[in-house]
Amino acid sequence: MSTINDTRPAEALRDGDLGAEQERADVKPLGGIAGWLDDRTGGAKPTSHFLKKVFPDHWSFMLGEIAMYSMIICLLTGVFLTFWYVPSMTQVVYDGSYVPLQGITVSDAYRSTLNISFDIRGGLLIRQIHHWGALIFVVSVFVHMTRVFFTGAFRKPREINWVLGTLLSMLACIEGFAGYSLPDDLLSGTGIRAMNGFVQSIPVVGSYVSYFIFGGAFPGEAIIPRLYSVHVLLLPAVLVGVFTAHILFVVIHKHTQFPGPGRTNNNVVGYPLMPVYMAKAGGFFFIVFGIIALVSAVVSINPIWGYGPYDPSPITAGSQPDWYMGFADGALRLLPGFLEFQTFGFTWSMNIFPGSILLLPLMWGIIGVYPFVESWVTGDKREHHLLDRPRNAPTRAGIGVAGITAYTVLLFASGNDLMAIKLQLSINDLTQLFRLLFFVGPVIAFWLTKRICLSLQRADRQKVLHGRETGTIWRYPDGRFEEIHAPLSPFERWALVQHESPEPLRISAEADENGVASPLARVERVRAKLSHFYFSDRVAPPTPSELEAAHHHGDEVDESHLLTGQHEAIDTSETSDSSSTPRETIKADRKRLT
Amino acid sequence: MKALAARRRHPAAIAVLILLGLLVTGGAYSFLAPKQAQATSVTADSVATGKKLFLANCASCHGLNAQGTASGPSLVGVGAASVDFQVGTGRMPLAGPAVQAPQNKVKFDEEQISALAAYVATLGPGPAVPDGEYTTPIVPGDEKAAGQSLTNSERIARGGEIFRVNCAMCHNFAGAGGALTRGKYAPALTGVTPTHIYEAMVTGPQSMPVFNDTNITPAGKQEVISYLDAIDNQTNVGGMTLGNLGPVSEGLFAWIFLLGLMIASAVWLGKKAA
Amino acid sequence: MSDIDTTRPESGSELAHHQEQSLDRFENPGLPPHIHRAADDDPAAGKRAEKQVATLFGLSMLATLVFMVAYFAIPDESTFYLPGVGLSKTQNVVLGLSMGFALFFIGIGAVHWAKTLMSDEEIVEERHPQRSDDRSRAAAVATVLDGGANAQLGRRPLILYSLTGALGLFALPFVLQIAGSLGPVNAPEELKENIWDLKNNDGKPIRLMRDPEMTPIKLSDVTNGSVFHVMPETLQKNIDENHGVLEAKAKAAVILIRLEPDLIKVQKQKDWGVDGVVAYSKICTHVGCAVGLYEQTTHHLLCPCHQSTFDLPDDCNVIFGPAKRPLPQLKITVDDAGYLVAPQGFMEPVGPSFWERSR
Repeated sequence: MSTINDTRPAEALRDGDLGAEQERADVKPLGGIAGWLDDRTGGAKPTSHFLKKVFPDHWSFMLGEIAMYSMIICLLTGVFLTFWYVPSMTQVVYDGSYVPLQGITVSDAYRSTLNISFDIRGGLLIRQIHHWGALIFVVSVFVHMTRVFFTGAFRKPREINWVLGTLLSMLACIEGFAGYSLPDDLLSGTGIRAMNGFVQSIPVVGSYVSYFIFGGAFPGEAIIPRLYSVHVLLLPAVLVGVFTAHILFVVIHKHTQFPGPGRTNNNVVGYPLMPVYMAKAGGFFFIVFGIIALVSAVVSINPIWGYGPYDPSPITAGSQPDWYMGFADGALRLLPGFLEFQTFGFTWSMNIFPGSILLLPLMWGIIGVYPFVESWVTGDKREHHLLDRPRNAPTRAGIGVAGITAYTVLLFASGNDLMAIKLQLSINDLTQLFRLLFFVGPVIAFWLTKRICLSLQRADRQKVLHGRETGTIWRYPDGRFEEIHAPLSPFERWALVQHESPEPLRISAEADENGVASPLARVERVRAKLSHFYFSDRVAPPTPSELEAAHHHGDEVDESHLLTGQHEAIDTSETSDSSSTPRETIKADRKRLT
Repeated sequence: MKALAARRRHPAAIAVLILLGLLVTGGAYSFLAPKQAQATSVTADSVATGKKLFLANCASCHGLNAQGTASGPSLVGVGAASVDFQVGTGRMPLAGPAVQAPQNKVKFDEEQISALAAYVATLGPGPAVPDGEYTTPIVPGDEKAAGQSLTNSERIARGGEIFRVNCAMCHNFAGAGGALTRGKYAPALTGVTPTHIYEAMVTGPQSMPVFNDTNITPAGKQEVISYLDAIDNQTNVGGMTLGNLGPVSEGLFAWIFLLGLMIASAVWLGKKAA
Repeated sequence: MSDIDTTRPESGSELAHHQEQSLDRFENPGLPPHIHRAADDDPAAGKRAEKQVATLFGLSMLATLVFMVAYFAIPDESTFYLPGVGLSKTQNVVLGLSMGFALFFIGIGAVHWAKTLMSDEEIVEERHPQRSDDRSRAAAVATVLDGGANAQLGRRPLILYSLTGALGLFALPFVLQIAGSLGPVNAPEELKENIWDLKNNDGKPIRLMRDPEMTPIKLSDVTNGSVFHVMPETLQKNIDENHGVLEAKAKAAVILIRLEPDLIKVQKQKDWGVDGVVAYSKICTHVGCAVGLYEQTTHHLLCPCHQSTFDLPDDCNVIFGPAKRPLPQLKITVDDAGYLVAPQGFMEPVGPSFWERSR
């Protein structure tokens, strides 16, 4: 390890690769196929521009790539499966090589899936890669979403991409559900059966919609072919389209980066696509594919031969959808039956409808509008390319964890029967507990997360002002012990002090000159309240003068300073005017507007 | 007759009458009931041994005469099959109060269990321990057993159909078990002997309903047993089964293991080389 | 939000605005000094890294080779004992592992190459505000306005209105095509139908049959504590014709249970049964799963999908879970031959709720 050095031997190895493009062009003019292509497309300039694009390095930026790659893997393996899968509900007698089903009447879809699993060499492997790939696809989409959320990467100018991503995650879940239903086994058939119940619960049009979807009475002969065309044609086309736009926006916006020395809102620091990210991202595709293939070699998924063919009479214990639909299934388990009622002889199935048909658009709708709500509340209309460290946005982090908690409660509720057996609990108690947790959990989670974030900010402050704990304890002549704190270097310090800590928006005038509260003022009051909710608890980042003071006065002074803040905030604006950043002020005064 | 008339209103009279009635119907039933069950020779000796074991181990809950108490049901008429199942799987004697007797270490040897069963069988007629005829799993193949219209393989498949309609809703498609209300559960069927499965079907232990011979014929029960045997011993074609618990365990695996591996790779990828 | 007094200009300078704003703030110290890797300074380390990458790529080729051989060499029925898994299918394991390693080694080879040998000097790319500059924006507006003026849309409203009408209407045939042909529109009536209805059996009572054996059931067959899964006799017709079997089953599945007559709390329930033998629809009134879990001791019926619990002795009322309505009861009696029959169909639609259910 040494510092920068022009005479590095390895640099010599790269001598041939580097060098100004112009000179290289003289040496080797663009020819051959590439030249032929450029003659016809003029693609050389954009290509070289694209190849020089810079991507910052962070493991969490790879989460989206896991999603992208597992989607591609599903597309590849899915094409394989279509060669043998028969999307038909025609009843046939199974005569393949799986003995415990021989002679049973099954649908053609089920038989062909059994054939893929047992009679086509490597077919089961491809099926398992496809299914594991689908599971990890949705998993990584969700984890990627949480990363984007907690770091505030959805802020201007990336709101559109957040909405596209939200749409993608919903489509991914629906695409998964459609695919999960295709084998027409007992478990997935039960899933379709439940879906039919959801659709029927739609007020006014439910029964018609159900008959439209199923082409008649459940299950009919149409649902599998229709789901097939949705699964292999419609949704993949939309997914790939939206996904392309999603990626395009990443290129347009350039990737966000975490704050750090040298990283500003006006630059992006990282490695170029050619060659570093070509190798890293390209290699990562193979890693993701490899891991999924290795797991598919030794871990079974969806053993449809065990479930048997679909038949409305039998059912298996532990009937659950794949995990990404679990939250809706859990919501259905928690909704109490008394919510169903009748008016004028019409049935309102409010014990089903809100937890299924309504829940999906509701959940993704809330996720989708969040950036706009936050920017309205915070009054922040600037472009942001530096990510927030989650702790520096405590209210957002709290909201996020609260949402995840509510989601997780629903998700876990869908496994309440298995939890009951494995933990030897009563399923009824568990259901009641989940009902309670759904309401209480998010509140506790919000409060706890916010507190933890504020504490972490305070710890950061301490670290900046008093240095890093070294673990070395000194004993002074007067007998007292003290741990030695090492001061941070400017590079170490920067990430801890660069953030801003906005104050709540203030209303400058609440009524017009005649004392009549304007409707505008009412809206703005709500906004000010929300802004207060967002920013009233705040820890200001340390300033150079504070650091100076800490050096001069020693620890005691600053300890007391830390404790004086009201609302558990360290409001530096009271003490040092120069550090306060006056936020936008809301003026609801109509007169001034006109 | 006067003495009889006088005792007619005696409190014990009802009990005597019920006992008589039970004896008559029981006797009649045991005379008329199909005899396939009496396979093991019951000697007076084993009954006596059984009674001794009963008094020492079971009577505290089931009563001195197995008539049942507040803490244990009557065993009159439950039959030898019930005893063989409950004691043979270690569910009885019960270790402590619970919503449901869990499967446990078996506390008696085979001889003692059959002695206990023989004793309980003398209390009233009930299903006997099945002989081997219907508890031997069918060997898959294209040949047909005597009196069967289906091949052996097809009979196993039909056993699967019967299993899915009658059993899978509680015991899960692969016999991995499932939850019932208020902490009760349907136990896993993997590793349970065919005889015990048969006995459970005919006696209906605990929450389980009875599947008597008019509901599922002995041949049908044999088919169910054969199906369970087939899936129990089949190759794990896809690999690890994750407990055959369906999408929940698969989802958990994807979240923890698959995502864990991928994040580990991503962290390695983003870390500066030495 | 014109009421917001944005103290900063909505221009390109806003990006950097905040950091320059306050005086008492730390300065961004700039990129930290670059730290070299072993392979940057030590040719031996570079050589080692090269060898490692090549080895990884080589292993990948080897794994591919294994896959190719295994594909032809391993017979379908071959199995082996894999620790932790049990008896496994050789083909799946070997093909999967070889394919997985072939891919995985390429991946870690490429990443290792990038990490150890490719330049790890960070590159700084400048960002520019996302919005176009004012001149471009003005030019865009002008282009659109000029175009509109050229097309004379403003001057000739007739074209505008007729075009709007045509574009608004042309999609309707497609909507109609889908809405009109996806499925029948007699849903509310058909949802109420059931093959237990006597009209499917020429008005004669319908026998209860064992599911899946399709054999009739005698009253004496149903002993205390036993459960029969039942289908109607009329289903046999569907089975023979191989037509509409599942559709019929989806509404016809019935569960038959014998209770101690004293346990039964509701008179209708008693009347519609025979000697304590009662028949109920097995289709959950929640979303339609099969409610098959009968607890002999508590007489509860539990649905495995969402845990709706029905109390059998109390006319299958819901005592827990998301279902609202009790399971519909099927009236049964005994025919001359001693078999259980249903003298009438269900008196209400079975299965999940729908809008017109009670109409």
